Amino acid sequence: MEAEAAVVRRSVGRRLAGLFHGRPRLQVGALLAGPVGWLVIGYLGSLAVLLAAAFWSVDAASGELVQTFSLENFQTLLDEPVYKDIVGRTVLIAALVTVTDAILAFPIAFYMAKLASRRGKAILVVAVLLPLWSSYLVKVLSWRTMLSSGGVIDWALEPIGLSGPGYGNTAVWLVMSYLWLPYMILPIYAGLERIPNSLISASEDLGASPFTTFRRVILPLAFPAVVAGSIFTFALTLGDYITPRLVSNNQFIGNVIFNNISNNLPLASALALVPIVVMVAYLLVARKLGAFEHI
Amino acid sequence: MRLSRRSALLLRLAVGVGLAFIYIPLIVLAIYAFNSSNVLEWPPPGLTFDWFPKAIEEERAREAFVTSLKAGVVATAIAIVLGTLASLAVARHRFFGRETISFLVILPIALPGIVTGVALNNTFTQVLGIDLSLFTVIVAHATFCIVVVYNNVIARLRRLSPSFEEASADLGAHTWQTFRHVTVPSLRSALGAGALLAFALSFDEIIVTIFTIGNGEETLPYWIFRNLFRANQLPIVNAVAVIVVLLSIIPVYFAHRLTREEGATAGARGGAGAVGGKDETAATAMP
Amino acid sequence: MRKDSHPARTAWLVIAGLLAMMLLFAGCGSDDDDSTSGGETVEKLGKGEGKVNLISWAGYVEPEWTKPFEQKTGCKVNNKVAGTSDEMVQLMRTGEYDGVSASGNASARLFEGGDVDAVNVDLVPNYKTIFSDLKNQSYNTFDGQPYGIPHGRGANLLMWNSEEVQPAPTSWDVMLDPKKATKYKGKISAYDDPIYIADAAVYLKAHQPDLEIDNPYQLNDEQFEAAVDLLKEQRPLVGEYWSEATKQISAFANGDSTVGTTWQYQYFALQEEGKPVKASPASQGFLPSEGATGWSDTWMISSEAENPNCMYMWMDWIVSPKANAQVAEYFGEAPAQSLSCDQTAQKDFCAKYHAENPGFWKRVYYWETPLADCGDGSGDCKDYNEWVQAWTSIKG
Repeated sequence: MEAEAAVVRRSVGRRLAGLFHGRPRLQVGALLAGPVGWLVIGYLGSLAVLLAAAFWSVDAASGELVQTFSLENFQTLLDEPVYKDIVGRTVLIAALVTVTDAILAFPIAFYMAKLASRRGKAILVVAVLLPLWSSYLVKVLSWRTMLSSGGVIDWALEPIGLSGPGYGNTAVWLVMSYLWLPYMILPIYAGLERIPNSLISASEDLGASPFTTFRRVILPLAFPAVVAGSIFTFALTLGDYITPRLVSNNQFIGNVIFNNISNNLPLASALALVPIVVMVAYLLVARKLGAFEHI
Repeated sequence: MRLSRRSALLLRLAVGVGLAFIYIPLIVLAIYAFNSSNVLEWPPPGLTFDWFPKAIEEERAREAFVTSLKAGVVATAIAIVLGTLASLAVARHRFFGRETISFLVILPIALPGIVTGVALNNTFTQVLGIDLSLFTVIVAHATFCIVVVYNNVIARLRRLSPSFEEASADLGAHTWQTFRHVTVPSLRSALGAGALLAFALSFDEIIVTIFTIGNGEETLPYWIFRNLFRANQLPIVNAVAVIVVLLSIIPVYFAHRLTREEGATAGARGGAGAVGGKDETAATAMP
Repeated sequence: MRKDSHPARTAWLVIAGLLAMMLLFAGCGSDDDDSTSGGETVEKLGKGEGKVNLISWAGYVEPEWTKPFEQKTGCKVNNKVAGTSDEMVQLMRTGEYDGVSASGNASARLFEGGDVDAVNVDLVPNYKTIFSDLKNQSYNTFDGQPYGIPHGRGANLLMWNSEEVQPAPTSWDVMLDPKKATKYKGKISAYDDPIYIADAAVYLKAHQPDLEIDNPYQLNDEQFEAAVDLLKEQRPLVGEYWSEATKQISAFANGDSTVGTTWQYQYFALQEEGKPVKASPASQGFLPSEGATGWSDTWMISSEAENPNCMYMWMDWIVSPKANAQVAEYFGEAPAQSLSCDQTAQKDFCAKYHAENPGFWKRVYYWETPLADCGDGSGDCKDYNEWVQAWTSIKG
C-alpha cells in the first residue's frame, strides 16, 4: 500500500512544473510573454503606428492621409512661433505645478510619517486619498465656478480689496496643483516612513539643529521619493487638455494635439512627439535619481 | 523627533493650510450639490436635498456607474495578472533587458493620456478594424493600470526572502505549489493594495476613455463629461460626484488597513510598500 | 544579485527599436484606407431597422418632435450633440453614425472624404416643397447630385448683455475694432473654430473694401492675413472662446461674458432664464451693419450607415411641415420647409425669420469649406488646413 501511495501522480500542473524546472530562461519567457507582449506589441506598437503619421501629410479637402514621407510637419512646428510658445508654456506650468506640489506636500507627508499617531495617520491617509475618488471633471468644474467673476474666490478676496485671478495660466497652475497634490503626498509619505527614526535621533544626538537635520539627513533621503511624485505631477500637467480648456483660453500641448487630430493627424502626431521625448528624458533622469523605487 | 515648539506649530499650520487647500473646493462642490438653482452662481440662492434622490433615479447615471464598475473590475484583473507576472520575472530572475521592464511599465501612465488614447484608438479602428466598445476601454485601462500592481508587488517581492520559496521547493513542492501556497499568500496585501489603486485609476479615468469608448456605452466619468455643461443636469452631476466620494471612503479605508497589516503603507499610483515600524533597517546601520 | 551591466543601454535599445518601428511604418505606409469610395445611394426604402444614430447641433434633435417620430416609425433616436463642424466630421469618419446635420464647412469635406452618400430625393416626399433657394446649392450638391436634405438656416447673432453693454451695438466693431472692443476687454465671447476667421473677413469686407473680399471663405494670401491679424488683435480682449453652446450660456449667465457671437439657441435659453440679453433687432434687419456669417444645414446620410431606412425616414420627418416648424421655432432659425410657415405657433414666424425672403440671405454668408481652388477652380485661396493652423496661431 505504501508503495502505491508513494507513486507521484503526474498531474498536469506537475508536468508543467517539470517542464519549467531548471530552465530559468523558459520561466522568464513564460512570465514575460503576457506583459511584455501586451506592452511592446500592443502599446509601443500603437505608439509607433501613430507617430509614423508624423512623417506624412493630409489632403486638406478630404482629410485623407497622404502617405508619402515628408518632414513638413516638423518644419511647421519649428517655423511657426506659436508652437514653441505653447510647448514653453506647458513645460513651464508643469514645472511650476511640480514645485508647488512638492512644497505643499512635504509638510503634510512629514507630519503623517513622523509625528502623527497611529490613528491620526490612518485618518490623514484616508483624508488625502479621498479626493482622488471624486471625479476629476467635477473638481475642475468646481474650480471653474470658484474662479468665475463673482465666484467664491472673488467673493472671498473682496473684503481685502483684491479679486481672483480669473481664468488663464494662473488658474491652470492653481487647478493642476490642486488636482495632483495627492500624487505627490503619498510617495513622499512612503519615502519618509522608510527613514528610520534612529537616524534622525542620531543626527540630533550629534548636535544638529532640527533644520540641519532636515536639510542634511531627511531631505537627501526623501529626495528620490519627491522625484517619484514629480513624475506624476509633471506628466499629468504636460498632457492635460481638459483643464486648460475649462479654466483658461490658452492652448497647451494637449489642446493643440486634440484640435488637430481629426483635421491633420500628421501634425498632431508630430507635436505628440514633444511630450513623449520630454517624458522619456524625465523618466531616465528620475530613474537615475532612484525615483523608481518610490513610485 | 524633537521639534521646537515654534517648528511644531509652523508644521501644524502648514498641514492645516494643505488640508484646507485640498478640501475647500470639495466643500464648494458639495455645496453646489445642494444648490437649488441650475445656474452656478455664488453664493447659491438656496439649498435643497432634491438632487440626491434625482441622481439616484437618473437611469443613465446608474448605468454609467455599473459600466464603470465592470470596466474597473476587469481592467484590474488583467492588470493584476500582467503586473504580477512581470514583477515575478524581474524580482526573481536575471535577464537581458531586466532594467527596462520597470521603464516600459510606467510609460502608459507617464505619457500624456491624449497620446495613449489616440494611439490606441488608431490601432483599434484603423489597424485592427474593430469597433470601439467597452472591451477597448478595458484594454486601454488595463494598460496603464499594470504599473500600479507591478510596483506594489515588486516592492513586496524584493523584501520577501527567496529562501521561503527555496525551502518550499526543498520540501518537495513543485513550481505551482510553491507559487500557490507560499508566494501568493505573502503577496496578498500588495495585490490588494495594487488592485484597489488600479481600480481607482480606472474608475476616474476620462481622457483615454474618451478616445476608446464605443457609441452606446458610458462610464461614469464619460457620463459626467457629457453632462457637464447641460444646465438641468449639472446639480445632478454634482450630487453624483458627492455620492461617489462618500461611497469611496470604504475601499480607501480598506486599502489603508490592508497595507498597514504587514506594516507597509499604501501610495497613490502604486505606492511602494515601505518598511513598517521605523527602526528595522536602521538597527543594522547603527553601531 | 548582479545587476544588468548596462541598464541605460537596454533603455536606449528600446527607444531605438521604437524609432525604427516608427520610421518603418512611415516609410512603407500601411495600406489601411479610411476612405470608402462613395457608397451606393439607396434605391428603395425598406423596413425600419429600429434605431438611428445621429450627430446634430444643439437644439436640432429634441423630444418634442423626436418622440412622435419614434412612435410613428419605431426608429429609436440616439443623438450626439457636437459643438463644431470639425467634431462632426471627426465623428462621421468613425463610421458609427447614420447621419449628421452638416453645415457648409463640413459637407464638402464629408463628400471629399467619401463619408456620405448621395440622397435619393424621390424617397423623401417632403423634399418637393422645400424652398427652392435651398436646393442645388454648392454646399449640399456635389457632382450634380443632391447630397442631403436642407434642415433650416440662420445667421450668427451678435448678442450682448443690455445692462453692461451700452449703447446697443449696431455693428461687429464692438467685438472686432480694437478701439471699441477694448472697452469690454475680458468679457468678449468668440466662437472657438477656425471658421470664425470668416467673421473677421465679413467685417473687413465692409470696413476695408480695398482688400476686395468677396466670399469670406475663399481668401487669398493678402485677405487672409488681414483677417488673421485682426483676430490676433482681438485675442487679448477675448474672455472666452466657446464651442459648447451650454458653456456660453453659463458664461453669459454668471457675467463672465457680456458680448459675443452666438446662436439663437443660447439667446433664447438666456432670455428664458431672465438674463438681460439682447441681439440685433428687427429694425436693423436682425443683422449688424456688415451682415453676418451663418449657416444652412443639411441632413446627410453616412456611406457606412447601419440604419439607412430609419435615416431616410428621419430625413423625411424632419422636413415634414409640422416637425420643421417645431424645429425652427425651438431653435430660432428659418425653416427649410415652405409648408411649415402655416404650421408655426407664432403666426408671423416665417416673416420674422425671412424664410421666404431670399434677399435677406444675401447678407448672410453661410458656412462653407475653404478650398485651395477657391471653390470654382479659379484661384489661389487658402485651404482649410491653413485656416486650422492660422487658428492655432491666433489663439496662441
